[in-house]
Amino acid sequence: MSMNHAAEHPAHLAHHFADTEQQKESAKLGMWFFLLTEVLTFGGLFCAYAVYRAWHPEMFFNAHKELSLMAGTINTIVLITSSLTMALAIRSMQLGDKKQAMMHLALTFLLAATFLVIKYFEYSHKFHEGQLPGRFYTYTGIEGSNPHVFFSIYFAMTGLHGIHVMGGMCLIAWLFFKTKNGAFSPEYYTPIEMTGLFWHLVDLIWIFLFPLFYLIG
Amino acid sequence: MAATVADTKASMAYAEVNYLNEPKGLKSWLLTLDHKRIGLMYFFAIMTMFFLGGIFALLVRLELFTPKQDFFGADTYNKFFTLHGAIMVFLFIIPSIPAALGNIILPLQLGAKDVAFPRLNLASWYVYVTGALFAIYSMVTNAVDTGWTFYAPYSTTTNTAVISMTMAVFILGFSSIFTGLNFLVTIHKLRAPGMTWFKMPLFVWGLYATALIQVLATPVLAITVVLLMLERGLGIGIFDPAMGGDPVLFQHFFWFYSHPAVYIMILPGMAIISELITAFSRKQMFGYKFVGFSSLAIALTGFMVWGHHMFTSGQSELSAVIFSFITFLVGIPSGIKIFNWLATMYRGSITLQTPMLWAFAFLFLFTIGGLTGIFLGAISLDIHLHDTYFVVAHFHYVMMGGTVMALMGGIHYWWPKIWGRMYNEKLARFSVFFVFVGFNVTFFTQFILGTRGMPRRYYQYLEQYQTLHEISTVGSWLLLLGFAIMAFYLIHSIFKGKVAGNNPWGALTLEWTTSSPPPAHNFERQPIAVNGPYDFDKVAAEITYEGTPGFGETVVAKKETTEVKH
Ligand code: HEM
Ligand SMILES: [Cu+2]
Repeated sequence: MSMNHAAEHPAHLAHHFADTEQQKESAKLGMWFFLLTEVLTFGGLFCAYAVYRAWHPEMFFNAHKELSLMAGTINTIVLITSSLTMALAIRSMQLGDKKQAMMHLALTFLLAATFLVIKYFEYSHKFHEGQLPGRFYTYTGIEGSNPHVFFSIYFAMTGLHGIHVMGGMCLIAWLFFKTKNGAFSPEYYTPIEMTGLFWHLVDLIWIFLFPLFYLIG
Repeated sequence: MAATVADTKASMAYAEVNYLNEPKGLKSWLLTLDHKRIGLMYFFAIMTMFFLGGIFALLVRLELFTPKQDFFGADTYNKFFTLHGAIMVFLFIIPSIPAALGNIILPLQLGAKDVAFPRLNLASWYVYVTGALFAIYSMVTNAVDTGWTFYAPYSTTTNTAVISMTMAVFILGFSSIFTGLNFLVTIHKLRAPGMTWFKMPLFVWGLYATALIQVLATPVLAITVVLLMLERGLGIGIFDPAMGGDPVLFQHFFWFYSHPAVYIMILPGMAIISELITAFSRKQMFGYKFVGFSSLAIALTGFMVWGHHMFTSGQSELSAVIFSFITFLVGIPSGIKIFNWLATMYRGSITLQTPMLWAFAFLFLFTIGGLTGIFLGAISLDIHLHDTYFVVAHFHYVMMGGTVMALMGGIHYWWPKIWGRMYNEKLARFSVFFVFVGFNVTFFTQFILGTRGMPRRYYQYLEQYQTLHEISTVGSWLLLLGFAIMAFYLIHSIFKGKVAGNNPWGALTLEWTTSSPPPAHNFERQPIAVNGPYDFDKVAAEITYEGTPGFGETVVAKKETTEVKH
């Protein structure tokens, strides 16, 4: 029975699901649980941040002035825009416009790359100044006890976030080629939707990181 | 679905075409997306780790036979107990029931064709193996000597292979998350028609609660070991007091995962016990909903008690009192389960087949483990007993006396479904006997040692403790004997066992309605859940295997086959 059953199914429907609806719902629920684990992973780091900020408030204040507000602001705008283009990519596919979906995916990819380039300049500036984590910290211009802890946490959090941006870029590139090959249609675009959810989370986490590191004084 | 006599008779034989032999070939196993095969691959991997961890345990016990150094020095001793603990916790017991038995049985019990994400399921196995390889790499290079808890700051300064071992833990965490996530979605979305939440077998309820913990707690462990690696590699100073950090923060992070993790270990065990007790008492589960919800209650309260591992770490007295109080609360849902199991057995027609014997071993040992946990949750007692053998005995009664007994019960219960063959009942009883006696000889002595002040993690000790240590070591040999017998007859049964039939125990959950071993897609026709999983008073299931001897008797009375009303 499974044989002729398979023949009736659309290509994207896995055999263990009864229908497209069930498959889609499952993917969504799975993605939400996954995003929950992401939030908790960062949650551990947010805890560490809160603890050390409470212990060394002055040092945190002094150290945060070393970050480039300009770069942070631009990056925030870049990332929010990329969330928008990602949402538009989903929208285009819902309407069946393959060309436009590809264009929006490409845009999202480029914005993500821009974010990383700006981060690269920020990081290399910090490296140059000797504002490195832990035992590699050599900078002397910050008052307060153990300023290296600030940079340890800064690099841990933005670094982990950066890795997520790279992961997202891989997914987006993969989607671009799948879209190009006609894998998606208004009936089936679940991978784009799921990647969109992931991308919004990456954006959201940055929206927390930005004020915590760059703004709060 | 309705099993007529003719139907059942026809399918009583060994299912010739089944998931074990179709498709064939090594490659079809390594690339399989079938949850049953993946579960079996997990089973073999996990049993290998149990064996490895067991060897380290025997070595540790051997060294402790006399008060002096006999076989190896302090460094090696430290490495051996660390490896034993780390392997048993991260590589054996956490994945054991969910990833092996759960993977095989959960979709069958739900009447589903597979788990929601078969590819992710296969990936989780490979992730597990990768983690195991990291652990083995660490073991053969310069094994860790920190204890399985990796407490900072020692773990950031010791010259042993901490990074590869914590990397292993990090990777294994992902495999755990994948399994949990897969189960959550499967349970939400892939239940058979008619299978409402309150018609789900309690094994599924238990795995659901477990999966929630896996998904909610594991990420915190992941980030903790990442910070530990960064601390070791870059000296980021977060846990190092010399650099303005705080080692107690590590303990908070670590136990925020690891206390819930003990419920990752025990909830699936409890879930198996629920299946065994109903099946072998032939009764509706007393307070079914309470048992189901108590799993969720344990999972949720389990997140709020981690501080009881740190009563002696210098946390504030107020937080110690609060943690102590909440710790007592966790006892309530566990107590609910125990009483409901007992009430279920009351006036049931109990048959003492091997799985049920394991369930009794569980009830006895887990109750001791649980009650001594309450002792340790009381601050004043814990100050006295902290880091003594009392703690070692307590967690072995819970982890081994609880989870491992349940695992063994589950393995025996589902063995005929998985392989289509019965094991040797007589040898199985010997095995239960030796494991049960050996266990108590090994670990009950350690309660006494602990109350007399024997500290844990010492390889030499005062002469006054020798007798008890000797007894304990002899117990470990009895354990070895028990498990060796089991390994023998289980492996033997795969090739030579009697054909089991579809439903050797006459149980009512859906996995028993398909053939043994099941076909690749689980069911020939989509099953429909009409009755509840334990409606023994309404439905009589036919026992298809007649050779099952009772306790003393040779044959369990075969139930009249009534036309099952659906
Ligand atoms: C074959 C039976 C077993 C024996 C004889 C045994 C024996 C021991 C011994 C002697 C220790 C060292 C105690 C110390 O010095 O602190 C130990 C520690 C430990 N065992 Fe077992 N064990 C057995 C089975 C298990 C199982 C099945 C598990 C878990 C599923 C387990 C988990 C642990 C853990 C987590 C530790 C703590 C390690 C540490 O202190 O870092 N053991 N065991
Ligand atoms: Cu605990």
